[in-house]
Amino acid sequence: MIRVLKYVALDILKNKIIIAYTIMLALFAWSAFSLEDNESKGVLTVLNIVLLTVPLVSILFSTIYIYNSSEFIELLISNPVNRGMVWKALFIGLSLSMVTAYIVGVGIPLLLFANFATAIMMVATGIMLSMIFVSVAFLCSMFTRDKAKGIGVSIMLWLYFALLFDGIVLFLFFQFADYPIEKIVVILSALSPVDLSRILILLKLDVSAMLGFSGAIFQNYFGSNWGLVLSFALLGLWIAVPFAISLRKFKKKDL
Amino acid sequence: MYNNISRINIKNIIAVCIIWLSSILPNFSFSTVLRVGKEADFKTIKSAIKHAQNGDTVLISKAIYKEGNIVIDKPISIIGEDYPILDGEFEYEILSIKSNNVVIKKLQLQNSGRSSMNDLSAIKIYENKYVVIENNKLINNFFGIYLQYAKHCLVKNNTLTASQKEEYQSGNGIHCWKSDSLQIIGNRVYGHRDGIYFEFVTHTVIWRNIAHKNLRYGLHFMFSHKNAYFTNFFKDNGAGVAVMFTKEVVMMNNTFQENWGDAAYGVLFKELSDCYLSGNKFIRNTTGIFFEGSNRIVAEKNTFINNGWGMRLQANCIDNRIDKNNFLGNTYDISTNGFLTLNHFDANYWDKYEGYDLNKDNIGDVPFRPLSLFSVIVEKNSPAMLLYRSFMISLLDKSEKILPTLTPENFIDNNPRMTPYKL
Repeated sequence: MIRVLKYVALDILKNKIIIAYTIMLALFAWSAFSLEDNESKGVLTVLNIVLLTVPLVSILFSTIYIYNSSEFIELLISNPVNRGMVWKALFIGLSLSMVTAYIVGVGIPLLLFANFATAIMMVATGIMLSMIFVSVAFLCSMFTRDKAKGIGVSIMLWLYFALLFDGIVLFLFFQFADYPIEKIVVILSALSPVDLSRILILLKLDVSAMLGFSGAIFQNYFGSNWGLVLSFALLGLWIAVPFAISLRKFKKKDL
Repeated sequence: MYNNISRINIKNIIAVCIIWLSSILPNFSFSTVLRVGKEADFKTIKSAIKHAQNGDTVLISKAIYKEGNIVIDKPISIIGEDYPILDGEFEYEILSIKSNNVVIKKLQLQNSGRSSMNDLSAIKIYENKYVVIENNKLINNFFGIYLQYAKHCLVKNNTLTASQKEEYQSGNGIHCWKSDSLQIIGNRVYGHRDGIYFEFVTHTVIWRNIAHKNLRYGLHFMFSHKNAYFTNFFKDNGAGVAVMFTKEVVMMNNTFQENWGDAAYGVLFKELSDCYLSGNKFIRNTTGIFFEGSNRIVAEKNTFINNGWGMRLQANCIDNRIDKNNFLGNTYDISTNGFLTLNHFDANYWDKYEGYDLNKDNIGDVPFRPLSLFSVIVEKNSPAMLLYRSFMISLLDKSEKILPTLTPENFIDNNPRMTPYKL
C-alpha cells in the first residue's frame, strides 16, 4: 500500500496543480489579513475560502483526477495487489495533498493573525471539509463511467452544499416560523457538512451574538464539549460513509 | 483714668465671653473618644454607644464582635481600627442607623441575617440625613447597604462581596429606596443579587463604582429621576444592567462589558425618556443597548465593540438621537422589530460602511443603512441565526443594501464617518 501511495503522491506532485492551489490559497489568505484593517474582517474573508473554495477545488480536482487515472488504476489492478488497497491509497494520497495545501496555504496565516481558538477551529474544519469533498468525489466517480456526467454531478453536489442548502433551510424557516423548529434545524444542519463547519466556526467567531436567544440553543448543542465531539464525529461520518460506499462499488466493479 | 476704664472694659468683656461660652458650650460639647476592645474601657460596642454623647467617636479595635443587632440612635462616629469584624451570625441586621449625622468607617461587617420579610442587611439607614458610610468591607451579607428615606448620605469606597448561588437567597449590594441627594462613590459590589438598586431615588450621583458578577443586574433602577452615573464599570453580571420607568438620567463614561446571555443586556432601557448617554463603552455584550419604549434619548460619542447586537431599537421608541458613535466589530450594529422609524442616526462611524469619500471631508458620500436584512430576519425568526455568514445570506444582504425592500427605508445615517472617533 505504501508503494502505491508513493506512486499516487508522486503523480499528484508532478501534476503541479496542487502546488498552484497552495500558492493561490496562501496569496488569498495573506492578502486578506494584510489588506483589512481589523483582524476579524480578514477572518471573514478566509471563512468564505474555507466554505466555498476548499470544497469546490477538492471535489473537482479529485473527480477529474480519478477519471484521468483510470488507465493507471487498471494497470495497477492487473498486478497482484488488493483492489481495496489501491482505492484507499488513492484516497489517502489525494486527501493528504489537499490537506497539506490547505494547512500551508491558509493554516499558517490563520494561526499567525487570527484569535487562536478561532484559528484552530477553522483549520480543523478546513481539513475535515477537504477530506469530505475528496470522499464525495470518489463516490461521484464510481456512479458513472461517463467523465462529463461524473464531473457534472460533483459540481451539482458542490452547488447544493454551498448555496442551495442554505436557501432551502431559509425557506423552511419562513414556512414554519410559527413552530418551534430549533431542534429540527439543528438536525437539518448536520445534513450539510458545509453548514456544520460554518456553525462550529461561528460559535468561536460571533460568541456574543451566539449567546443570544436562538444562538444559545446552538451553543448548547454544538458549543459544549460533547457537542464538539459529536459535530466532529458527524464530519468524520461524512468522510467515512461516501468513501465506504465507493470502496464497495470499486471492489465489485468491472473496470 | 485710662487704666481704670480699660480695666472695667476688660472685666466686662471677660464676663460677656463667659456668659456667651456657657450658653453655647452644651451645643459644642467637646467630643470624646470611647474605645472598645478587650483591654479598653468598653468591652462591647453596644455599651460604648449607650455611654456616648452626641458627636462622640466610638473607636473599635480589632477583634470579632457578635452582638446581634446594634442600633445607632445618636449622631456619633463609629470607626474601626484595622477592620474589626462585626458578625451578624446569619440572624441579625448588624447596624441599624436611626439618627442623622452618623459616620461608619473601616469596619468589616459579615454574615447578616437572611430574611425576605424584613430585608435584613449589614447596614440599614432609616429615614435619616447626612450619614457617611466609608471604607467598610461587607462580606457575605444578605443586603449590603440599605438606605430607606435617606437624604444627603454618602456611601464611599466600600467593598461588598457575597457568595450566594441563587437569586432568591440573595439581596442587593447597595439598595436605596425613596431617597434623595445621595452620593454613591467608589464602591465595589460582587456576587449580590443586584449590584446597585434604586427605587424612587432622585438627585443622586453614582460615580466610579464597580459591579461585577452579580447574580442579576449590575445596576437596576426604577422611578429614579434626575440621577447621574459617571465612570462606573459593570462587568459579567447575570443579566447586565436594567433601568426602567425613569426620566432625565445622565450616563457618562461608564463601561458595560461581557454581559452574556439570552436576556442579558449591556443596558436595558425600558420606558426611559429625556436621558443623555455619552462616552460609554459597550464591549462584548450579547446586546449593547436595548431600547424599549424610550423617548428623546441622546446617545453620542459612545463606543460599541464586539457585541452581538450593538443596539436594539424597538419600534416603540421615538425621537432618539444616535450621533457620533463608534460601531466596531459587532455582529449586528443595529436591529429593530418594525417598519416605522422615528429615530435619528447621524455622523456615526460604522466599520461595516463600504462607501467612499471623494472630497476627503471624512464624511462618506453615500448614506449608510445600518440595518442588515439578516438582522431583520433574525428579529422575526430567531433560529435563522443558524444561517448567519452563509454565502446565500451575504448575497441577499448585499442586494438589500442597494435596494431596501424588507428593511425600513428611512433607517439611515446620511453622514457616516470614514474613520472612527478617538474616544
